[in-house]
Amino acid sequence: MTRRDFIFRIGGAAGDGVSSTAESFAKICARSGLHVWTYSSYQSVIRGGHVWTQVRAGMDPLLSHGEDPDVLVALNQPTLDIHAGDVSPVGVVVYDSEQLRADPSKLRKDVRLLGIPLRKAAQSLSPNALMRNTVALGAVVRLLEMDVRHVESAFQDMWGDKKPEVVAQNVSAAKLGADAVAEYGGSLRLGLSYTNVPRPLMTGNEAICLGALAAGCKFLAQYPMTPASSIMHWMAAHAPKHGIVVKQVEDELAAVNMAIGAGFAGARAMTATSGGGFALMVEGLGQGGMTETPVVVVLVQRAGPSTGLPTKTEQGDLNLALGAGQGDWPRAILAPRSSEEAFSLTAQAFNLAEIYQTPIILISDLYLSEGHRTVEPFDFNVPIVRGLMVADGGSPGERYRRYRYTESGVSPRALPGTRGTVFQAGTDEHMESGELISDVLAGLPEFVEERRRMMEKRMRKLEGLRKDTPPPEVFGPANADLTLITWGSTQGPAREAILRLEAKERFAVNALEFPTLFPFHVDETLAALRGAKRTLAVEGNYTGQFSRLLRAETGIRPDAFLGKYDGEPIAAREIVAKALEVVR
Amino acid sequence: MKTAFELQTYKSEIKPTWCPGCGDFAVLSALQKAIHGLQLEPWNVVLVSGIGCSSNLPHFLSTYGFHGLHGRSIPVASGIKLANPDLHVIITGGDGDGYGIGLGHTLHAMRRNLDVTYLVMNNQIYGLTTGQASPTSEKGMKTKSTPNVGVIENPIDPIALAITAGATYVARAFSGDAKHMADLVQRGIEHRGFALIDCLSPCVTYNRTNTYDFFRERVYDLNQEGHDPKDMKAAVARALEWPTAQRDRIPIGVFYQAEGVPIYEEMEPGLRQGPLTKARLGIEDPDELMKEFL
Repeated sequence: MTRRDFIFRIGGAAGDGVSSTAESFAKICARSGLHVWTYSSYQSVIRGGHVWTQVRAGMDPLLSHGEDPDVLVALNQPTLDIHAGDVSPVGVVVYDSEQLRADPSKLRKDVRLLGIPLRKAAQSLSPNALMRNTVALGAVVRLLEMDVRHVESAFQDMWGDKKPEVVAQNVSAAKLGADAVAEYGGSLRLGLSYTNVPRPLMTGNEAICLGALAAGCKFLAQYPMTPASSIMHWMAAHAPKHGIVVKQVEDELAAVNMAIGAGFAGARAMTATSGGGFALMVEGLGQGGMTETPVVVVLVQRAGPSTGLPTKTEQGDLNLALGAGQGDWPRAILAPRSSEEAFSLTAQAFNLAEIYQTPIILISDLYLSEGHRTVEPFDFNVPIVRGLMVADGGSPGERYRRYRYTESGVSPRALPGTRGTVFQAGTDEHMESGELISDVLAGLPEFVEERRRMMEKRMRKLEGLRKDTPPPEVFGPANADLTLITWGSTQGPAREAILRLEAKERFAVNALEFPTLFPFHVDETLAALRGAKRTLAVEGNYTGQFSRLLRAETGIRPDAFLGKYDGEPIAAREIVAKALEVVR
Repeated sequence: MKTAFELQTYKSEIKPTWCPGCGDFAVLSALQKAIHGLQLEPWNVVLVSGIGCSSNLPHFLSTYGFHGLHGRSIPVASGIKLANPDLHVIITGGDGDGYGIGLGHTLHAMRRNLDVTYLVMNNQIYGLTTGQASPTSEKGMKTKSTPNVGVIENPIDPIALAITAGATYVARAFSGDAKHMADLVQRGIEHRGFALIDCLSPCVTYNRTNTYDFFRERVYDLNQEGHDPKDMKAAVARALEWPTAQRDRIPIGVFYQAEGVPIYEEMEPGLRQGPLTKARLGIEDPDELMKEFL
């Protein structure tokens, strides 16, 4: 058998070490030179429940976490009951033969049951039964014929030099698992080859952090919320070295307002949250738009509505991001399609925020942000463009015309501390000087005109933002029978579906992918969809939030819609099935 | 040599929009005198406010100003101070802004002990929205929103809250005693750490209870009665005199001042390399950074 990739799945209860074992395995794969893509299905508990993580690894770049596992490690009975039947033909189920009961009748054809007394083996080395995961991991590495030294290096990462005896014990435990494989049927013989040249492995949130760092982010204020919290964790850990202030604050109102304060003072500032926290930030964002203050806001979507499914994915917050804030104010909404783009668009967001002096929203989701994936090398040579600024003003006490009317709508900024420039930024409507219109001038004919001009000045920034943000991109053949319409993280599964439809069904399908959701690229979209025979919008939400935006902006209504709102990421096979249904 | 700044330099050409007789005029004047007294460079002073009559104050001085959202002045001010600790950050606002909608931020900012100054123009009423009860309205006070039996909630005691929350300079001033107020404000700005100055600032339009006369009959300078601002327990006891315990005697002056308490900016590891606004941007050694992912 020659395979180019495989899927590993491990399941148990929260607290069983499922995610740490999966993370170690992902690292082992990346260090073997494979491309890696993980998806973790977990729950909003600290102990108990049922959690599982899938690690897909392959010799070619991957596009999704894949579907059925080739290797399943079951750490408890529910994992066997729920997942064993999914294991693909010729796959293997690794389980504790003394603790769990496997039912061969539930398995697909030629699936091998590899029962190993995991707990007993672990306890032969140490009373701590947790090493049973390591025994299983050793078995898996042997099944896939990977280099065992990566196992040791993964343990080294986890326990480091502080606990060499733990590393040694785990290496021994892994060997017990490997020996068991040799004893019971040997390796899977999938025919994969390993370069053993390591690939960088990180989560989408870590890619966002690196993009922020590369762009000179100096300030992050955040309140914990899954699945955005790991942005704060990573940034906090790296903050002192890079001279960044990272603050966990009292709530998301404080988070966005603090970031805006830092942005006003002249530091590149960011906040990150999920839908619930973003809802609280809404008024603050409008403040950024009105005072023309740069700030980057990362919105990592999870399944709503309300508290929803905190540990599950969705693309349901587009309407929220589009409509955030009372009144109209200029914004851009960027939706990274991949980890690489999470890096590059985050970096770009900082430039856009300062060039256009307004909040820029980066919208990700749990699937992209929490999944560990190997990435192609990032270009850290990010240009840092700070936009128009004045270096010195007039005489002390002279008012600076901060909101001067300009063709682009962008007026040169003055940062507090700049000699001879003073002004007051107001969330009330104001004149070029910052003086308020709202209090004693509103409604007077001259100031009706002034208000109109100031509104238009701010909103003109949208034209610049439209030009400076990435337009939609076509993936796949030019003359396709069907065009998928996707945004953000749906890119991967949609591309995988397109490749499968081409290879297996001889259907020419392409995709129009949107890395920018707002300002909408109307002309490019119309041009790209002009020749489309049929269109299928694929989104992770119920109402087709992007489809409605597309229709509002272009008048184009997708012929069909695949909406996913069960909390799980969209799988390529679901898109394949829907595409066939639409075309046939 | 530096040229001295005239008192007038700090004045803006924008005229206050407050009602004639409003207590906020005294606060504005006290603040102007204080920053003049300290000869702060106008462009290094940032006044941050929320929403309400008193929150319009930044427009009336010729310094930097950020007139933000209702109740959110403190986080904006915190962000400004953390980005550039060289700036003098002064927060101004009302009781609704700081003790009502923004109380959470007020307490958290105090426990951080950032080196900022907070002037609350406390008129015990919502003025700009035309006379509803505020979090410091007295019990029984009839307002537009409490027309039947009056306020049935206990008023917030900002002084007691501030002392226990970690503010390191806590004072109360009265708009009827402008000189005393200017002194308290200047000392608050000079203080290293979070300074709260609760300014009794009568609303002459909507609060017929807590008038200038009401306060004139009741205020006393606690520092002249031998109170030691270093004594936290005594400070709390004085704070509880009004509005919690009674309404016949109202202490003004410095309740509490703790010197030498570490300020937030000094403890913050991200600021060890200097103000964020002066930092070089970008990553110097990406290969080093990428090692953890390999």
